[in-house]
Amino acid sequence: MTDRLIAALPALPIVIPMLTAILLIAGPSRRAQRTLGLAGSLATLAAGIALVLLTRGGQVMPIQAGGWAAPYGITLVADMLGALMVLIASLIGMVGLVFTIAAGRDDRFVHAGWQFLLTGINWAFLTGDLFNLYVAYEVMLLSSYFLLTHGTTQRQAREAFGYVAINLVASMFFLFGVALIYSATGTLNMAHLAERVPLAPAGTVRAASMMLLVAFGTKAAIFPFYFWLPHAYAIPPGGVAAFFGGMLTKVGVYSLFRVFTIIFPSGGPDPLLLWSAAGTMLFGVLGALAQDSVRRILSFHIISQVGYMIMGLALAGQLGIAGGIFYILHHIVVKSGLLLVGGAIEETQRTDRLDRLGGLARTNGVLALAFVVCALSLAGVPPFSGFFAKLLLIRAGLEVGQYGVVAVSIIVSILTLMSMLKVYTTAFWGPGEPRRAPARLVAPAAALALITIAVGLRPQVLYSLTSTAAAHLTQPARYVGTVLKK
Amino acid sequence: MTTLVALLVGVLVATGFYLLLGRSLVRQIIGLALLSHAAHITILLSAGLRGGVPVIGSARGPMTDPLPQALILTAIVISFGVTAFLLALGYRMHLFGGEEKRGGKNRGEESRDDR
Repeated sequence: MTDRLIAALPALPIVIPMLTAILLIAGPSRRAQRTLGLAGSLATLAAGIALVLLTRGGQVMPIQAGGWAAPYGITLVADMLGALMVLIASLIGMVGLVFTIAAGRDDRFVHAGWQFLLTGINWAFLTGDLFNLYVAYEVMLLSSYFLLTHGTTQRQAREAFGYVAINLVASMFFLFGVALIYSATGTLNMAHLAERVPLAPAGTVRAASMMLLVAFGTKAAIFPFYFWLPHAYAIPPGGVAAFFGGMLTKVGVYSLFRVFTIIFPSGGPDPLLLWSAAGTMLFGVLGALAQDSVRRILSFHIISQVGYMIMGLALAGQLGIAGGIFYILHHIVVKSGLLLVGGAIEETQRTDRLDRLGGLARTNGVLALAFVVCALSLAGVPPFSGFFAKLLLIRAGLEVGQYGVVAVSIIVSILTLMSMLKVYTTAFWGPGEPRRAPARLVAPAAALALITIAVGLRPQVLYSLTSTAAAHLTQPARYVGTVLKK
Repeated sequence: MTTLVALLVGVLVATGFYLLLGRSLVRQIIGLALLSHAAHITILLSAGLRGGVPVIGSARGPMTDPLPQALILTAIVISFGVTAFLLALGYRMHLFGGEEKRGGKNRGEESRDDR
């Protein structure tokens, strides 16, 4: 019994939220929906924790769907990277849902959409098949379209249309990439692709990899495909924005990490990705400096931070990839925390424009503290998790002699700190006696701030996990061998 | 034959992007639909257009790869759903302001004309 449960575990983070969502569509009362939604999130979180514990030693857990052996069937694979991403997605899904309920923004089918979104995200992290990844993306995106347009005004509906359109174009590039790679290799299983791509015609493989780079790059909002993000993420209410801003672009980043290591290994620092990383960091933070509302500043910082993750991928070594994964996990926690602070401000003050805010620290001490911790962590100030994430990346950069991108990353850190100080000094200091945010709106952000402190105090725990995850990407032999049963 | 179909994909992509860059909402939605058709046809091409016998059955000879057809079927269903969603969103924008153009500044006048 226990063995069978463990064998089925990699499917649970997909199946649990999907079943919960289907039950939620049946439309029970608001109270029942909340209980069911929270229970589903909690069960998914438990499955995520169990997956991380089971893959801790570098195990790879494949499931061959329907009993069709790889590479002929669809494979779900939980390795360290997938398990860590599932854990963090379930955690942010849970915290964001608590905030959404606390803010009373969970009318009608929001709970069902939320669970479907979690289904799609976890599915993307656990699938071992390129076309299945496309399906997971579409499940995730359709749920995100729904959550984004739910209860929107006219202006927001227009912004949302742009978001849907850009994602559809990216999905088209994804399909072109899938078609090209299939014509060159005759397989779509990621492990099988890792074996076959080196034997395939180089030109077709190059074209396919560029198509996939554009597709994932658009979803991850890397330079030069980031322009859609600040418009789209300014639409939804705080809890949804925290889930979107924390997780959605990171699914794109995750796909880049998976595909550009296992399937298309670069074997050294990749100049194209390095330029893209530097551009993403720099233009994101410059955009943030020009904004004047909390939400828009934070949205531009999402872009800037994605640049750091891509820098880890572009450096390509074990240390770079491990640092990049560390950065992804740290960033999701901190960014969601900041967006939840922004959400709490918006819910209580009815605005997030800097020129209408002031004196928040006087009446909202805990909120201010949560903001400061997350903001300093985002900028990379010790002793929070962001410092160690940046330290790993900078060390990885110096090791392979990429001084240019290291210099950019340090400058961008300073600019990030500047922009965070701008938010803090105008919104939290200054004149004004703003209303006090209720504790139930502050608690989710405070919980995430505590996590970044905890990771900062014991970074070696998380680093050893991301190291294991990176080892599977840089030496995929064990991953490939387990999936293909060799 | 393959070259012809590849050209068709090119035409679909060009037309799709042309429509997408226009200002009318309905044209943009049609453009997006054309783009997804281009992707589907590319998947069909990926197995080649030799035209063999089905995998299941007693016929002998070189078989057709059934996988791309399964992939296309999935992709068509997804793009159908997304297009339906886009049309619903467009209809909602129409209800809001009685206008279907995006990005212009003088939307008020146009909306009166449309009615």
